[in-house]
Amino acid sequence: MTSELDIFVGNTTLIDEDVYRLWLDGYSVTDAVALRVRSGILEQTGATAAVLQSDTMDHYRTFHMLERLLHAPPKLLHQLIFQIPPSRQALLIERYYAFDEAFVREVLGKKLSKGTKKDLDDISTKTGITLKSCRRQFDNFKRVFKVVEEMRGSLVDNIQQHFLLSDRLARDYAAIVFFANNRFETGKKKLQYLSFGDFAFCAELMIQNWTLGADLKELKVLVADKDLLDLHKSLVCTALRGKLGVFSEMEANFKNLSRGLVNVAAKLTHNKDVRDLFVDLVEKFVEPCRSDHWPLSDVRFFLNQYSASVHSLDGFRHQALWDRYMGTLRGCLLRLYHD
Amino acid sequence: MPGKLKVKIVAGRHLPVMDRASDLTDAFVEVKFGNTTFKTDVYLKSLNPQWNSEWFKFEVDDEDLQDEPLQITVLDHDTYSANDAIGKVYIDIDPLLYSEAATVISGWFPIYDTIHGIRGEINVVVKVDLFNDLNRFRQSSCGVKFFCTTSIPKCYRAVIIHGFVEELVVNEDPEYQWIDRIRTPRASNEARQRLISLMSGELQRKIGLKVLEMRGNAVVGYLQCFDLEGESGLVVRAIGTACTLDKLSSPAAFLPACNSPSKEMKEIPFNEDPNPNTHSSGPSTPLKNQTYSFSPSKSYSRQSSSSDTDLSLTPKTGMGSGSAGKEGGPFKALLRQQTQSALEQREFPFFTLTAFPPGFLVHVGGVVSARSVKLLDRIHNPDEPETRDAWWAEIRQEIKSHAKALGCHAVVGYSESTSICEEVCILSASGTAAVLNPRFLQDGTVEGCLEQRLEENLPTRCGFCHIPYDELNMPFPAHLTYCYNCRKQKVPDVLFTTIDLPTDATVIGKGCLIQARLCRLKKKAQAEANATAISNLLPFMEYEVHTQLMNKLKLKGMNALFGLRIQITVGENMLMGLASATGVYLAALPTPGGIQIAGKTPNDGSYEQHISHMQKKINDTIAKNKELYEINPPEISEEIIGSPIPEPRQRSRLLRSQSESSDEVTELDLSHGKKDAFVLEIDDTDAMEDVHSLLTDVPPPSGFYSCNTEIMPGINNWTSEIQMFTSVRVIRLSSLNLTNQALNKNFNDLCENLLKSLYFKLRSMIPCCLCHVNFTVSLPEDELIQVTVTAVAITFDKNQALQTTKTPVEKSLQRASTDNEELLQFPLELCSDSLPSHPFPPAKATSVDYSSFADRCSSWIELIKLKAQTIRRGSIKTTMTVEKASPVGDGNFRNRSAPPCANSTVGVVKMTPLSFIPGAKITKYLGIINMFFIRETTSLREEGGVSGFLHAFIAEVFAMVRAHVAALGGNAVVSYIMKQCVFMENPNKNQAQCLINVSGDAVVFVRESDLEVVSSQQPTTNCQSSCTEGEVTT
Repeated sequence: MTSELDIFVGNTTLIDEDVYRLWLDGYSVTDAVALRVRSGILEQTGATAAVLQSDTMDHYRTFHMLERLLHAPPKLLHQLIFQIPPSRQALLIERYYAFDEAFVREVLGKKLSKGTKKDLDDISTKTGITLKSCRRQFDNFKRVFKVVEEMRGSLVDNIQQHFLLSDRLARDYAAIVFFANNRFETGKKKLQYLSFGDFAFCAELMIQNWTLGADLKELKVLVADKDLLDLHKSLVCTALRGKLGVFSEMEANFKNLSRGLVNVAAKLTHNKDVRDLFVDLVEKFVEPCRSDHWPLSDVRFFLNQYSASVHSLDGFRHQALWDRYMGTLRGCLLRLYHD
Repeated sequence: MPGKLKVKIVAGRHLPVMDRASDLTDAFVEVKFGNTTFKTDVYLKSLNPQWNSEWFKFEVDDEDLQDEPLQITVLDHDTYSANDAIGKVYIDIDPLLYSEAATVISGWFPIYDTIHGIRGEINVVVKVDLFNDLNRFRQSSCGVKFFCTTSIPKCYRAVIIHGFVEELVVNEDPEYQWIDRIRTPRASNEARQRLISLMSGELQRKIGLKVLEMRGNAVVGYLQCFDLEGESGLVVRAIGTACTLDKLSSPAAFLPACNSPSKEMKEIPFNEDPNPNTHSSGPSTPLKNQTYSFSPSKSYSRQSSSSDTDLSLTPKTGMGSGSAGKEGGPFKALLRQQTQSALEQREFPFFTLTAFPPGFLVHVGGVVSARSVKLLDRIHNPDEPETRDAWWAEIRQEIKSHAKALGCHAVVGYSESTSICEEVCILSASGTAAVLNPRFLQDGTVEGCLEQRLEENLPTRCGFCHIPYDELNMPFPAHLTYCYNCRKQKVPDVLFTTIDLPTDATVIGKGCLIQARLCRLKKKAQAEANATAISNLLPFMEYEVHTQLMNKLKLKGMNALFGLRIQITVGENMLMGLASATGVYLAALPTPGGIQIAGKTPNDGSYEQHISHMQKKINDTIAKNKELYEINPPEISEEIIGSPIPEPRQRSRLLRSQSESSDEVTELDLSHGKKDAFVLEIDDTDAMEDVHSLLTDVPPPSGFYSCNTEIMPGINNWTSEIQMFTSVRVIRLSSLNLTNQALNKNFNDLCENLLKSLYFKLRSMIPCCLCHVNFTVSLPEDELIQVTVTAVAITFDKNQALQTTKTPVEKSLQRASTDNEELLQFPLELCSDSLPSHPFPPAKATSVDYSSFADRCSSWIELIKLKAQTIRRGSIKTTMTVEKASPVGDGNFRNRSAPPCANSTVGVVKMTPLSFIPGAKITKYLGIINMFFIRETTSLREEGGVSGFLHAFIAEVFAMVRAHVAALGGNAVVSYIMKQCVFMENPNKNQAQCLINVSGDAVVFVRESDLEVVSSQQPTTNCQSSCTEGEVTT
């Protein structure tokens, strides 16, 4: 006796969160059943393995049918086929678009193209996330990217409107889109210590405060003009003397650090070089400071003073530009400065 | 030209991409009614076209309005080749034809294609202007209301219940052989859908005419079915109960009538005082003399005999067997005279109702059923479907005579069904023989309150259990006792009925679903030989089904079955029998005896041991069940009842002419003798198997109850959460050495596993009850068994029972002891209820939590409304402060998603097979929903195989039903039923096809919590009624 056909259709679509999780995680029905058995559900409910198999199949089928709608979440809200309470709809969408930290770190800043998609096999092996789940996450990134790529207005708002994500998740997606668009390098070994949260934090600051095409080259004078550089250094050193635990190290390194920070600005004007932003920040600032054991509070003191002292440089005319640049950069650096 | 139909096509959305090049669609719409077609402009390059058309006006006869569906076709314009159809919407405009229902149909309808399923939605507005036309010869029956609900609809009052109406129409099936056809699948499916829609319209109109003839204004319990007879054609038939209904004007007025267990109007004919208001014309105390005979088994007597032997090869001209009806003489009691005079004008005193106005049902005799095996032949003249009419007339006649044999003049809870395999068709009819109160059956019965007052002092809630037949002249032996409630009348030891449990019946403990399942192999044969083989098997199947039901009932410690439905399905090489019913313990009936096993060969020691072991197991099961279902009948001592057993009554008449059917009855004695304990004789291995299978039925997990009736006996504190569902399973039998036993086991496992799956799926609703569990069996192919289940899970509150019952208990302290007994039940119930531990960890974070889903939804809609307002006021605020961790807040979420169409929120539409919605009041009936869909695929694998295909289709059917209800302005469909789900597959060709027919009543309901003003009046009414009662009884 074999079941040829076995279905359950509710007027309200039944969503089992546990099974949804397993489905999203890319487990096959067989694996999902095994995992559910292991969770002790049979003992709890007195059900048989056959019942569990049938139930799992049924949920998988439902999710499969819902997936098409989840690709355009507003459709899920307006479709008539599945009657799903709004809170459940929200849950379905939110979970579908949720991603794994390990996965996003692998893909962040990469071009969301077929080429990358081919690498998903390796990512799956490396992260232990099933290939199916990797594909879903990758396709989600790509889909969101495609939809909002050409749109005007706030990135977060656009994402939220078209994908109905929570504020938090929409911000994360904004970061992913921003990184994919600028192709920031995040995979280098020296960047491995950074979490997605670190990058997303920086992305948000950059999206909010930076506009493309600003003439950041103008800032270069701060390091190119030797007098200006010396003046800047002396202003900072005067202000920080006695207040910084790592004063001597700072004094010794000031020019290198300053050069590093200003050159980053200059590089931002070239699309090609933009990609190295995080590498540069880590190489030129985070690592030198870290090797001298600057405490975070000293970094903060330094960056504040470094940023503010420019106002006293009479020869420098791009105060506003500098403030916007350094305001964001300071935020990013402070976030990036950890072990 | 008495009507003008106006249609406006507003917009479309989510259309499929029809032009691959542009990824867009150039859509336009054809609107067709009758032979007139209008077209909208082509809306270029959009998946969300805004046609905003003019009003298309059709000037039509109301006859056409009733018959024809409005047909809306969405097409993709193509300059160079033929336009491609995207899909269709059929709209039944019948609900617009009577004043009290919907006034406009307006909303988003899924665009349906028989090959691709739902492909986007279309927004349509439909209106009808009806001109008053007093043409005497009119063929239309506009204005007659139809209800699927098998009780008097909640916001109406029955003035007169006229009785049975039936009609059938036949036609050639445009394309029944779907696999090898000439036309395209789409064309043939659409032709069938349209034809069936037309035929249903015509049928409904014809039934309506009959109702008008009877001077009624409504059909209640309307049941329409299709017989896909294959080569011989397509039969659409319907039965119903004609009524004259009065709309209860204010909701306050109908609340008490619907809700309070009706204490009014009990058994007028039994009143000791001649009641001036009943239509009595003779002495008024005749009924004590009226002693009838009974056995519940009666119903299973070989009623199929007369017709299943003659195979209708020689059509009978005289209407069957009924000579019993003409018997006269002194025996006839007053009631009988009255009601018969009322009923005799009717050819068939049948009622499709299963629940009745208070006082309507006087006595219940038992189940009557008849089956007949017919050979289908081509219907030559569709306009005169005489053969089919004659077949049904024959069966009905038989039912009528069976009822007479039980001393009953009417049949309630009546239904008809067919099972077809190739050219053999089994016609079945069943119902419950009953004695009715004539009050509702005649004109001029609008009585004042006075009468109701008088009636209230009649304490009997057990009347319907009292036997209606002659005790000394019982059709065959049965065990009678005095009623355990009133001690005045005789009651049978077991009662089987097809109706719902009367609301005022006193029940002990809770009820449960009881099923008898049976398979019988039969040889493959052709035509007459096949029909004969089936006819020969039928009585045995009926017998076995009955035995199983009886055994299982006893095993549950219960004594009555309600909602009994026996389905016999015929296949190529087997017959399947499935009986479902809800078992209860009626306080009025005696405690059932146990089951005793007796071995035939007592000399073998080990055998004896085995027998005693089995006996112990059975006894344990009975004890366990009694505990599970809380069956603790109070020890009734004579002192408490206080009414001595009356003197032996004077028999006015002992002789009675035997009706044909009571002759048959004696042939096959199903009563199993009259013994206190039920003896099962184990004389062979078969019997052993039977006993084993008895014990394999697993009770539902704790926290779950199930029944196939409207309400679960013993549970009254429903909460508002409901989940209607359909589940389908098909199993393939291994064709090797199929034996009856193996078949039975397979079938039994199939049903049990299905139930287990349901319990598991719905576990998050615990405590809950599966109500109206409706199993349908079909045999689509040689080795395939298909079981389709539709039911509704309703949550209930264990703790709330205390609160709701307290008041009546306090208020009715002065009531008679019999009443107290019943009320005391509740506290007892509670004690035992709270004890069993919860089987699943309650509210575990991971479990599916649907609780208060409805509340959430409504508050969500509130929120949107609020937002909409604030937006209109110009204070748009994009909320960015969502709690980070939790999933999106609803309101917030919705606000952002603001789609192109501002008010396209999909409203929740509830669906339920019940006639009511727990925790809510139905305020308006919008009309009947009766939809027929065909879905077909030629890419079965790609659509997820048979399961994927059918899953999607059923979800689509639900969606289309909801959309139609919403467009009528409703928010629920009640008395929903999936009448047909015919599934065929051809995996080799990667094809499958499915036909589904559903119906129900579209309604508007209002949550009780929203009716605070009204409900606050209710306690007052309750109080009054119980006060008056108290006065009278003391």
